[in-house]
Amino acid sequence: MANQDFADVLVAGRPRLISLPGVWRAIRTWPIIPVFLLSLVVISGVAAPWIAPHDPDRGILQERNLPPFWSGDETTFKTVAETVGLEVQGKFIALRLARQIDPQAAVGDSIEVVIRPAGSTKYLLGTDQLGRDLLSRVIYGARISLIVALITLVVGGVIGVTLGLMAGWYGGWTDEIIMRLVDVMLSLPLILVALVLVVALGQSFSVIVTVLCLFIWPRFARQVRGEVLTLKTKDYVALAKVSGASTPRILLIHIFPGTINTLIVVATLQVGIVILLESVLSFLGAGVPPPTAAWGSMVADGRDRLAGFWWIATFPGLAIMLTVMSLNLFGDWLRDKLDPRLRQMR
Amino acid sequence: MQKFLVRRFFISIITVLIVSVIIFIMSRAAGDPRAMLLDDYSTMEDWDRMGAALGLDKPYYQQYGIFIKDALKGEFGQSIKQGRPAMHIVIERLPATLQLAAASFALSLLIGVPLGILAAVKRGTMIDLFGRGVALVGQSAPPFWLGIMLMFFFSVHLGWVPPFGRDDPKGIILPAITLGWFYAAANLRLIRSAMLDVLDSEYIKLARAKGVSSQSVIVKHALRNAIIPALTFAGVTLGALVTGSLVVETVFAWPGLGKLAVDALFALDYAVLQAVVIVFTLLYVAASFTVDVLYAFIDPRIRYT
Repeated sequence: MANQDFADVLVAGRPRLISLPGVWRAIRTWPIIPVFLLSLVVISGVAAPWIAPHDPDRGILQERNLPPFWSGDETTFKTVAETVGLEVQGKFIALRLARQIDPQAAVGDSIEVVIRPAGSTKYLLGTDQLGRDLLSRVIYGARISLIVALITLVVGGVIGVTLGLMAGWYGGWTDEIIMRLVDVMLSLPLILVALVLVVALGQSFSVIVTVLCLFIWPRFARQVRGEVLTLKTKDYVALAKVSGASTPRILLIHIFPGTINTLIVVATLQVGIVILLESVLSFLGAGVPPPTAAWGSMVADGRDRLAGFWWIATFPGLAIMLTVMSLNLFGDWLRDKLDPRLRQMR
Repeated sequence: MQKFLVRRFFISIITVLIVSVIIFIMSRAAGDPRAMLLDDYSTMEDWDRMGAALGLDKPYYQQYGIFIKDALKGEFGQSIKQGRPAMHIVIERLPATLQLAAASFALSLLIGVPLGILAAVKRGTMIDLFGRGVALVGQSAPPFWLGIMLMFFFSVHLGWVPPFGRDDPKGIILPAITLGWFYAAANLRLIRSAMLDVLDSEYIKLARAKGVSSQSVIVKHALRNAIIPALTFAGVTLGALVTGSLVVETVFAWPGLGKLAVDALFALDYAVLQAVVIVFTLLYVAASFTVDVLYAFIDPRIRYT
């Protein structure tokens, strides 16, 4: 009998593969949601022409300002009148038009009129003021953000890492000059400088990327220099020097790999800031020139139409926020895994 | 210490100089002002005479010298939009920006510090989760979008506060929240992680073992040490708040320097733009200089890095 009870306990205690607490624990230990959202952004960016249901830059004016698919008709009550002047169109409706909605309508009646049609599944997130599909524009916007972030990261990263390696390795005057330059760059009011440059050089993709590179390289340089200072005292570096390895070889093969963990973490956390900055510049009208769909400029487009057409500004902004949020969460997780020493950063 | 001060001051000067060079290049790249000042009946002699009067016949480095001399006197020329000296317009707008920056700064501390302490002390609870949520949104949401959404909800939808302008005293609430949220988030994270580190240390355990009350441990022993990184950061934000005002003032039509700069940019009002950028840069550089110096006094380790 006792054995029987024991077996019951065993059966009841068998762990289920998917349980609510289990899922919760998994979400807390692994960055599942951020990684999912980030892959969504990357796939959107890479495969935009195949995924986007419509052309992002060509709109149909007859179908402008359509709401997202889930919102219904917006209606209002209007009083039926014989004739309606332009100035009272909001309150009254002409008998002839009222008859089209309700054949029994008579002068003086109150009648429900559709002032904005419901959304349709043709445009899942609705359309903007030029009748362009919002979903397609958000998808193409991911592409712009990704390209800007990628180029900035590669160019700014290479410059920053190179200068950081040199500053850390040579020390002395080289270090002094490079690090003072870093200090100066970090104390520039960047958005302001970006605006001025855009006025002077004109609005273009390369100006944006240049500005963002200026922003990002000092951060890499500072981090790498710190790493080099500790790495260059290691025995294997001294050994390489003794055995006659050239300086570039030591830096590239013996020092640089030691900084990679830190670099990955810094890069992940900085990408979010780069995407935010790009969107700020686009919002201020100094970003990627129109009509290219950039998230920031899309929010700017929808800003004045918030009262009637909330979706135009909401969705691109949401896209920026979720992307940056995922990058931050993923970066935090990566930092804790790869480089716990950086935990105090930021 | 003296060496540190001198070096730090030197960097500030260089930063201002670099910005001035950028502005100078901008004003020259924008085109020859003579094309706008002279009419169709002018002769080549008029052109040359005007060039001499404006100093345009001199080589660029001399022109830059003249530009710096004027800038030091606060002369950036007339605004083409308002027909008044650019510097006057800038000075007029300064209080609005400073007011907004002060309000956001206060807000970022009032929200960030207590919530950060609570999140650390009550680690793993709903309060902690809430605090981290606030921080995450603050650090991830683009400020312009956050402002627009707040405006949509609290002004257009609920009608609690005016959507823009500075006439109503309640008008500062939304811009201050928008601008302050990002820094509140940063403060919160800094305080939380510093508190967690400190609370884990030996002397806190000793204090607890001695029977010091929990409240006293947190306030007297832990907070004093945890607040240092947040204080530094608070200083750094003071400068960054000035730049952040560019975005927020544009969204809420707040009549400060940030809006002035963006307006001047699109009106191609170079005189005003130059003046704004210089004033902004000076504020920014002065703020970060002061903070670095203050921090070097508080924490001597800084001077040697």
